[in-house]
Amino acid sequence: MGIGIRIENLRKVYATPPPAAGGAGFSFGPARSGNKEKAPKKFELVALDGVSFEIRAGEVFGLLGPNGAGKSTTIGILTTRTQPTSGRAIIGEYDVWQEQVKAKRLIGVVPQRPNLDFALTAREILTFHGAYFGQGARERERRADELLEKFKLTDRATHMVRTFSGGMMQRLSIARAMMHDPEVLFLDEPSAGLDPQTRLLLWEIIRDYNRLGKTIVLTTHYMDEADALCDRLAIIDHGRIISHGTPAELKAAIPGGYLLRLRFDHVTEELLAELKTLPGVTEVRSPDQTSVDVYADRGGKLIGPIVSTAQAAGFELRDVHIAEPSLETLFLHHTGRSLRD
Amino acid sequence: MNWKTFYALLARDGHVLRRNLLPTLLQNLLQPLLFTFVFGKVMTTSGLMPAGYKSMLLPGVMAISMVMAGVQAVAMPLITEFQFTREIEDRLLAPIEIGWLAVEKIVAGMIQAMVAGLVVIPAAWLIMGSGVKLDFSKPFEFLLVALLVALFSSAGGLALGCSVGQTQIGLMFSLVLAPMMMFGCAYYPWSALEAFPILHIAVLVNPLVYASEGLRGALVPQVPHMNTLMVIGALALIDLGLLFLGLRKFHQKAVS
Repeated sequence: MGIGIRIENLRKVYATPPPAAGGAGFSFGPARSGNKEKAPKKFELVALDGVSFEIRAGEVFGLLGPNGAGKSTTIGILTTRTQPTSGRAIIGEYDVWQEQVKAKRLIGVVPQRPNLDFALTAREILTFHGAYFGQGARERERRADELLEKFKLTDRATHMVRTFSGGMMQRLSIARAMMHDPEVLFLDEPSAGLDPQTRLLLWEIIRDYNRLGKTIVLTTHYMDEADALCDRLAIIDHGRIISHGTPAELKAAIPGGYLLRLRFDHVTEELLAELKTLPGVTEVRSPDQTSVDVYADRGGKLIGPIVSTAQAAGFELRDVHIAEPSLETLFLHHTGRSLRD
Repeated sequence: MNWKTFYALLARDGHVLRRNLLPTLLQNLLQPLLFTFVFGKVMTTSGLMPAGYKSMLLPGVMAISMVMAGVQAVAMPLITEFQFTREIEDRLLAPIEIGWLAVEKIVAGMIQAMVAGLVVIPAAWLIMGSGVKLDFSKPFEFLLVALLVALFSSAGGLALGCSVGQTQIGLMFSLVLAPMMMFGCAYYPWSALEAFPILHIAVLVNPLVYASEGLRGALVPQVPHMNTLMVIGALALIDLGLLFLGLRKFHQKAVS
C-alpha cells in the first residue's frame, strides 16, 4: 500500500509570532500597517501563501527552501500542529483538519528540534509512545528494543534523556517517530546539527524505511541532501512554491546548467550585451552594479573568452565563481538569492 | 474518544509521579502541615489559641493542601512542557483529540488533589493530638465537596499552566496563590470576616473560600460555616468556568 498526500491552496497567516519550535528563524519581519501613528502595529506574518502540491504514495519528497520559507509551517499543518488559515491538507483519505485522530495514526513526526519527554528515560519514551498508539506491552517492548539497537542507543536505554547529546536526542526522536510504524514519516530538517557520519546513517535509515513502501516527507536547506535522498522536490520561498519536480528535472530547467558568477570593477549594459554573445551563454543578469551572473552550457572553458572580452572593453574582472548544475543554482535562478542568505 | 490512549497518557503521568513521589509530597504537604503544627499544636497548647481552633483549622488545611496539590500537579509540568522544548508535542501527536489530553491532565490533577486531601486528615489529626472533633456522618456531602474542590484546583491549574510562562512562576505564587491562601478562609471561618464588611464580600470571588467552608460544613458542622447548598452551587459554577477557560487556553497553546 502506501499513503499519498495532497495539499490544496494552503494559506497560513500568523497573528502572533509562531512558537519557537514550530517555524524557527523567520527571515522576514512583520508586515507594517500603513499609518504608523494611528493604529497600533498589528502583527501579521504570511507564512504560506496559497501552496498546493501532491506527494505520491511511497516516495521521498523534499521541501527545499531557506529559513523562514514556510517549510516548517507546511509540516506543522500536515501534522495537525498548525491550523491553516485556509486551504486543505489531505493525508491518505483523511482531511488532516477534519479527521485529526485518523490522520495522526498514519503519521510519524521528527521535529526540527528534539522535543523528547524529559521526565522519562530513553526506553520509556519509546514504550509510552507505543502505548499512546495502543500497542500491547509485549509488542512495544520488542519494538523499543529493536529501535534502540538500530539507533545505537541500547547502552543508554535506561538513562534520562536530559543527559543526552544533541545527536543522541535526534536519533531517539527518529526512533520514536518510527515506533508505531507510521505510513508517512515527516522529518523537519533532520540533519541540522548532525556530524557527517550520523548524517549518512540517517540517510541510510530514511532509505531503508522508504524501501518498506513508506512515504517520507522531509524539509531541508541542504542541496546535497535533497539531491541524494528525494525522488521529487518542491522549492519553496516566501510561502510560495517556486518550482517542483524530480531533482534531475529541476536541474535541467536551469538555463544552460552552469552558472558563472563574475565580479567587475563596474558593469554596463554594453558589457552585458558583449557577454551575451559569447558561445554557449544562454542568459546574463546583473544583480548589482559590480556583479554579473552568466548562465551557460559550459563552465571553465568560458573563462578565457570572458577575460578577453572584458579586457578589450576596458573592464577589470575581479572575481570568478563557477557553479556546476545543482539545485543551489536553480534556487538562485528563481529567487536571485542563495539558499544560505 | 480513545480509552487506550487516554489510559496510556494517565499511566505516563502516574509513572512520572511515582518517580518524583517524595519531592512532590514535600512540595504539597510540608507547608500545610508545618502550619498545622504551629497553629494547631504550638499556639493551642500554649493557650494563645482556644482548643476549638483545632477543629476549625483542619478542614482549612485540607482545602489548602488539595488546592496546592491540584494546581501544582497540573500547572507546573504544563509550564515546562509548553516551553520551547515543547516536551508535550509527543502527546499532542497521540491518536486522540487534543482536548482529551487536557482532560487527562485534569483527571491526574484531581487524583493528586484527592490523595493530598485524604493524607492531610490523619496527618493533621496526629500532629494536633486530642481535641479535633471530626464528624463523618455525611460521607456523600464530604465526597461531593472534595471532588468539586479537586476539580477546581486542577482546572485552575490547567488555566494557570497555559497562561503563565516559565519566568513568571514566582509571580504566579506571590500574586495568585499567596493571596488566595490568605483570603481563602482556611485559617479562619468566613463568619470571622463579618467585622470587615468589604472583605467579607470581596473574598467571595476566591474559590478557596468555598473549599474551606464546604469542607468545614462536611467535616466539622459544629463550627460556623457557609450554607452547604451555596458552597456546592458556587463550586460547581467555578468548576465550569475554570474548565471552559482552561480548555480554551490549552487549545490556544497547543495549536499554532
